[in-house]
Amino acid sequence: MGGYARYVWPCYALSALVIGLNILWARRSLRLAQLDARRRMAALATAVAS
Amino acid sequence: MAWVWFHRFGSPPHFYRLARRLVPWFAWPALLLCLAGLIGGLGLAPPDYQQGDGFRIIYVHAPAAWLSLMVYVVMATSAAVGLIWRMNVAHAVAASCAPIGASFTALALITGMLWGRPMWGTYWEWDPRLTSELILLFLYLGYMGLRNAIDDVPRADRASAVLAIVGVVNVPIIHYSVIWWNSLHQAPSVMKFGRPTMPASMLLPLLCMLLGFSLYFVALLLTRARGEVLRRERNARWIAAALEES
Repeated sequence: MGGYARYVWPCYALSALVIGLNILWARRSLRLAQLDARRRMAALATAVAS
Repeated sequence: MAWVWFHRFGSPPHFYRLARRLVPWFAWPALLLCLAGLIGGLGLAPPDYQQGDGFRIIYVHAPAAWLSLMVYVVMATSAAVGLIWRMNVAHAVAASCAPIGASFTALALITGMLWGRPMWGTYWEWDPRLTSELILLFLYLGYMGLRNAIDDVPRADRASAVLAIVGVVNVPIIHYSVIWWNSLHQAPSVMKFGRPTMPASMLLPLLCMLLGFSLYFVALLLTRARGEVLRRERNARWIAAALEES
């Protein structure tokens, strides 16, 4: 990297981290919302049945 | 016809299902474009005659900076649509934009600092471009803080939408700051009228990265917005059927 490796590689590593974390956060946020919705639906079904 | 499409897109069940189908159509091309951009930027593009290999930071810095602006425009537009048409999905999209925009604004600032150290001799300068980009980060953080501070969702939507719309004035300031004021930051070399000032061997990987990051953002936004729509439509009837499909 012609003497610039200590600046270039951290930029790429940080970018990979931000991209990866954003994917994880987005999927986690969706999964939690789906879990919460499923739990509510199950609770509602139990309430109706009883 | 256009209005029918617009209102259908604003329907939460339609949006939830459509977003699920659309995500792979944006995610896979984004991955391929970013891989092509990385190969071109790190392996094929020649070193810059002044900056040497240090210029390769541009292949992550410029797309991050581009996303920081694009996400804000999408957020402010969605907020305005939500405010004017009282569209819940639009508010969900705006709320989903903020953390993505904040993370890419921070990335643009940090990669810019890492580029600035060898090129300018300093990590930070109170330059118009850098300062206005930092203000953009504060706008994102302020937007998220305001949303979290108000428990009532419709009130939080309205208040944060006003902040997002007012803050959009910062976007042209960031873009034109290097033209309007004396700036250390280089003038636009891609997003300007006329021909770009970069050779094709450097420009093509950059365009791949810019497009790849943009598609990645859409895939990410759709995923986040689906979760946000689910949380907002707590007791809606369509949720049971939609959950069974996924």
